[in-house]
Amino acid sequence: MSTDLGITLAEYVRGVASGEISCEEYVVATLDRIEKHDAKLHAYVSVDADAVEAAKGVDAAVRAGRDVGALAGAPFGIKDNICMAGTRTTCCSWMLEDYVSPYDATVVDRLSGSGGIVVGKTNMDEFAMGLTTEFAAFGPSLNPWNTECVPGGSSGGSAVAVSALECIASLGSDTGGSVRNPASFCGIVGYKPTYGRLSRYGLVSYANSIEQVGIMARSVEDVGIVMNAISGEDKMDDTTRRDVRSGADHTPDHIADIDGGVEGMAVGLDVDSFDESTDVGSAVRRAADAFEAAGATVTDVHIDHGPSSVASYYVLTAAEAGSNLARYDNLRYGYDMPQEGYEYNAYISRARSRLGPEVTRRMILGGFVPSAGHAGKYYLKALKMRDALSAQVDGVFADGNLACILSPTVPVLPFKFGEKIDDPVELFRMDSNTVLANLTGRPSISVPFAMSSGLPIGVQLTGSLDSDAQLLRIANTIHASSESKGAPQL
Amino acid sequence: MKARIGLEIHCQLTTLKTKLFCGCRADYRKMDPNTNVCPTCLGLPGSLPRLNGAAVKTALLIAIALGCKSPDVLSFFRKNYFYPDLPKNYQITQLDIYGPACVGHDGQIKVDDRDVRISRIQLEEDPGRIVYSGASEKNLETLVDYNRAGAPLVEIVTEPDMESPRDVRIFLNLMHDMLENIGASDASLEGAIRADANVSLEGNNKVEIKNVSSFHDLEKAVGYEIMRQTNNIENEIEIDKETRQWDEKRRITVSARSKESDTDYRYFLEHDVPWIEIGNACDMLRKDMPESIATRRQRYTAEYGISDQVAEILSSQQYFARIFESARTDENSRELANIITTDLMGLLETRQKQADSKLGSAELGRLVGAMMDKRITRTSAKSALQSMVRDGRSFDDIVRESGLGTVDDESKITELVGSVIDSEPGLVNQALASPKAVHYIMGLVMKKSSGRADPEMVRKAIESYLDSKRNDAPDQ
Ligand SMILES: [Zn+2]
Repeated sequence: MSTDLGITLAEYVRGVASGEISCEEYVVATLDRIEKHDAKLHAYVSVDADAVEAAKGVDAAVRAGRDVGALAGAPFGIKDNICMAGTRTTCCSWMLEDYVSPYDATVVDRLSGSGGIVVGKTNMDEFAMGLTTEFAAFGPSLNPWNTECVPGGSSGGSAVAVSALECIASLGSDTGGSVRNPASFCGIVGYKPTYGRLSRYGLVSYANSIEQVGIMARSVEDVGIVMNAISGEDKMDDTTRRDVRSGADHTPDHIADIDGGVEGMAVGLDVDSFDESTDVGSAVRRAADAFEAAGATVTDVHIDHGPSSVASYYVLTAAEAGSNLARYDNLRYGYDMPQEGYEYNAYISRARSRLGPEVTRRMILGGFVPSAGHAGKYYLKALKMRDALSAQVDGVFADGNLACILSPTVPVLPFKFGEKIDDPVELFRMDSNTVLANLTGRPSISVPFAMSSGLPIGVQLTGSLDSDAQLLRIANTIHASSESKGAPQL
Repeated sequence: MKARIGLEIHCQLTTLKTKLFCGCRADYRKMDPNTNVCPTCLGLPGSLPRLNGAAVKTALLIAIALGCKSPDVLSFFRKNYFYPDLPKNYQITQLDIYGPACVGHDGQIKVDDRDVRISRIQLEEDPGRIVYSGASEKNLETLVDYNRAGAPLVEIVTEPDMESPRDVRIFLNLMHDMLENIGASDASLEGAIRADANVSLEGNNKVEIKNVSSFHDLEKAVGYEIMRQTNNIENEIEIDKETRQWDEKRRITVSARSKESDTDYRYFLEHDVPWIEIGNACDMLRKDMPESIATRRQRYTAEYGISDQVAEILSSQQYFARIFESARTDENSRELANIITTDLMGLLETRQKQADSKLGSAELGRLVGAMMDKRITRTSAKSALQSMVRDGRSFDDIVRESGLGTVDDESKITELVGSVIDSEPGLVNQALASPKAVHYIMGLVMKKSSGRADPEMVRKAIESYLDSKRNDAPDQ
């Protein structure tokens, strides 16, 4: 087996087109690697063996001179909260243990339409609630850099799969950092686009006003290639409509200018988001230096993340979760449990016992915060804080000079399993830098920049609304100066 | 003691092609259970609502017809509650508590001489249907059919401005006719319009009445409730703030044990449906708005000289009003209106029959013209009309082929009269003795002519026959 699985999507696509890379060989090697390592890493919850047949088709098409699409048979992992017709979509919850979707999510449909091959569905915190993948109902994923550490979450499986070379790129979902956080912990690129740029049709809703499908890959250019293939208006998702979002162009080319550099651009350093005496903090400072070296100016900006943004994030997501997950009442989904002898509400609460601790916690919170008599104190206040935060970010970008905001993705290094799981509030704090982009709908990306004690550190860049293509260009520049290279040794 | 009655009317927008948030059919009737469904209206994981723009337009039409104001921006909310007929366990609806966001608010319509204020009009999705079946009361199965889930529904909420069951009846009839007139709903379809009422007597608690299946019963339920509350007050029994169900069999309202008013729906904004900027849509819609029933009735009496009663019937049904307008001439208005209201409405009593009708308005005009010229009799006209509706044949062909033209030839009529009287020899003496027998003979003659004989001429012919017999008579 001499197939080099560590190449980027861009390299792979060029190789397949020129005939130097056999799609079949690459996919078979990927499946072999999953077979060999995934029992331990647990990036996947289901693997599709039919992928080889699809790969053979791609090779045949190349030989026949037919178009194989922008993704040319590249193997992808898809987070298990994104629907694929005919395969199980469990959200890593016992509640949906055997649920098979009758339809494809738009992003999956477009991915396949561009020639991508899905090799499996990836592990996640139950219903995407969590940031360590420890809340995955079928067991956690392990960090390939140090298997005693969490891989981050909630899209932990998608990050591990890309990092451990068990796929070339993957899709996750990002509600409060769920793509960027595990990307940072696993040393890969993780990107959450501007709200409405990727269709959510087929993404199982958790906090629908906040979450987006996200892309995880080994390079920023790879993210751009995938964006070009799957982004844009979708008639199945009204929130992707252009007129909803001030008419901005929805389908710009995300790779055309990706090597354009940052000469003359201004990067805002979110100085209150890190402590320079820590490993993470000093990495962010070095990233700022790298920007200056590349010709950008770096200016300090102040954003009051305070405890209020995380609080507002948790109130809003809980309220939406309480509503979005209400349908899992065991009437249409769930498991065998005779209704005999139960009053309807009693039956539902019994059926709900199948949901895990974090989902239960947020559902209970979600029933409380928007309820009569409490909405004013919690839900409505959270909406106001969200508006205030948005205004603050608008203020930072107001003079039109600033291209993006630089901060750590996560304030700390990947930590050990069990270290924080019993302290929900401490866990919530891990989100303090990432939730900003979700609450305000802005695009944001985590780029692997440094290593410390053998663990990756990611830096985060957050742009203004609809500046996605420019954000990728800036991220590509900083990725070129990254101190961390290569894949973990398994 | 004065009663205050408010109504909540749920009206399905049955004239739309698709449901409120997906491409399934808005008309779910006559389909096998759970066949008119898709991921969105089943609320499958990952599905999203896609707003039906035509539903918004139709709902705005209703708002305009009820004199409502509409905000510049519409938004939708989630109403969270658990019920097996609700696929997502929340309903997407509209709400005004955070400022006007519903399709309409603060409207008003005249009911007789009273103004009834409309608090708001909201657009929302219908839930599915629960069907109970099973061998016995004890062994009931609860079945759910989601064919209706997501059907476009408009809720019209009034202020408690009605005072009697009669007001309720008039208001509901007005709604029914208005909704049909603007093409929003075919109110005759089963379940297309449902209504709940709230009733209170001055200074006392408000009681909601639900589960009433027809307008007729709602009027009865309101009447019962006023009586019940009046009795309670006379006996100094406090009236509970509660929801009561109408018991169809016993014709009374009974307390619904669950206090629905206590349910907390945890309303919040539905982000999956982006806000809708109305812009000048209302002005555009106002221009295309069908003439209101009241204006039309006014016009029929004032300009066409039609009686109040006929004008009221004709103007309230857009289908017939349209036929009337296109077949009308300055000369035939009254005759035409009469034949439409007395004969045609009977032939085309359902929406289906109306849709199947092959009657052209020009042909109807010809028929009325022939009647006015006495070329055919009323009876013949009626039978010709049936055939025109059924087969779409032209009036002239029918007259020619089935000889429906009036028999007004004097010698033919004399002959007819002679042959009828000859067939029953006893008739003459009876007729000479009693005028009743004359009517009887006339009936026989008309029957023998298949209704074609000119009645006036027949009467004259019988008279002259009898006169001749009188003269012939021997000594009396
Ligand atoms: Zn549907």
